[in-house]
Amino acid sequence: MSSVEEGTLPSPGEGRAGAGSGTEAPKAAAAAGREWPLWEVFVRSKAGLDHKHCGSLHAPDPKMALQMARDVYTRRQEGVSVWVVRSDQIVASDPGDKDMYFDPAEDKVYRHPTFYELPKSVDHM
Amino acid sequence: MQASIELDRRADVQYLLRIGDTCLILAQRLGEWCGHAPILEEDIAMTNMALDLVGQARALLTRAGQLEGRAHDEDQLAFLRDERDYFNATLVELPRGDFAFSVLRNAMAATLLKLLWEKLEASSDAEVAAIAAKAIKEARYHQQHAADWVVRLGDGTGESHARMEAALAQLWRYVPELFAADAVDEAARASGLGPAWSELREAWFAEMASVLDEATLAMPAESAFMSTGKRGVHSEHMGYILAEMQYLQRTYPGGVW
Repeated sequence: MSSVEEGTLPSPGEGRAGAGSGTEAPKAAAAAGREWPLWEVFVRSKAGLDHKHCGSLHAPDPKMALQMARDVYTRRQEGVSVWVVRSDQIVASDPGDKDMYFDPAEDKVYRHPTFYELPKSVDHM
Repeated sequence: MQASIELDRRADVQYLLRIGDTCLILAQRLGEWCGHAPILEEDIAMTNMALDLVGQARALLTRAGQLEGRAHDEDQLAFLRDERDYFNATLVELPRGDFAFSVLRNAMAATLLKLLWEKLEASSDAEVAAIAAKAIKEARYHQQHAADWVVRLGDGTGESHARMEAALAQLWRYVPELFAADAVDEAARASGLGPAWSELREAWFAEMASVLDEATLAMPAESAFMSTGKRGVHSEHMGYILAEMQYLQRTYPGGVW
């Protein structure tokens, strides 16, 4: 996956390079088809549980990504904590590797604890 | 066509309606962004805030109706008053303008409401104190979200900075009204119902100065113009927004979802 370009919307502190030429930057950015980067959103539904992936959104920077995640994904009391991660920072397995990666586990039933019968003395384990 | 209700303009009712109507009218203006915000996520954020404000308005209008003692419920107060019986700050009835205008107004209004709710948590009216305890959480987020946009656009591109400056010049004219003292405020302060808005002035200016400073925007000089929405005398925009809000209830009295 190629890295995503920085967003077209200004972030605080980005500054206005050359006061007069300010309007040219967004135009150039739009022309180049630049979009806000994509973020993956993870929500923890209540204390003690794991954060679960629940969707994605576009945002110009971490702060706004977090606010938007709150606004878009926790409107119905879905969560008590939110994580956002730049999508391009996630390293994913190649779908083409699926057979090689995952099929060999198919006949290894002995890797499940349920495969083993426990001696009576360790019942209730 | 449903006739207007006759409002008892007693001080405590007016005091609560000033806050409730400010929430109600701002919610209506924010709702105008539904489907029009620059991005989907912000569209949802703005309508979320509008719904928070509607909830706050409902609670305050209900309480105002109880204090008034004429059996007016939240719907009658929201939809069946004449223009002069609305007491929102003029700031929130101005047309929504561009996105810069809307986020700056949100920041100004949210800062004011946040400071109000903080004081109202200690209201002598237990109902109002309970409303404030819930609303303060919403207002804190509204302020953070709006102030974040002000900084982002103020300290952004030449275009966004220019738009924020233009919005600031327009909106700042409506600041003096927010903190003008009068008998309604004095009565609320004396009874412990809530603070006189003038008491919030210093804190409001300090918080706005910090946001504007980070946004690289210069705070305009204080305007000599004094708007009067809180006394029921509104700008030319108020009639139109009320017409839109009231049309359905006036035409189909008592209509519900």
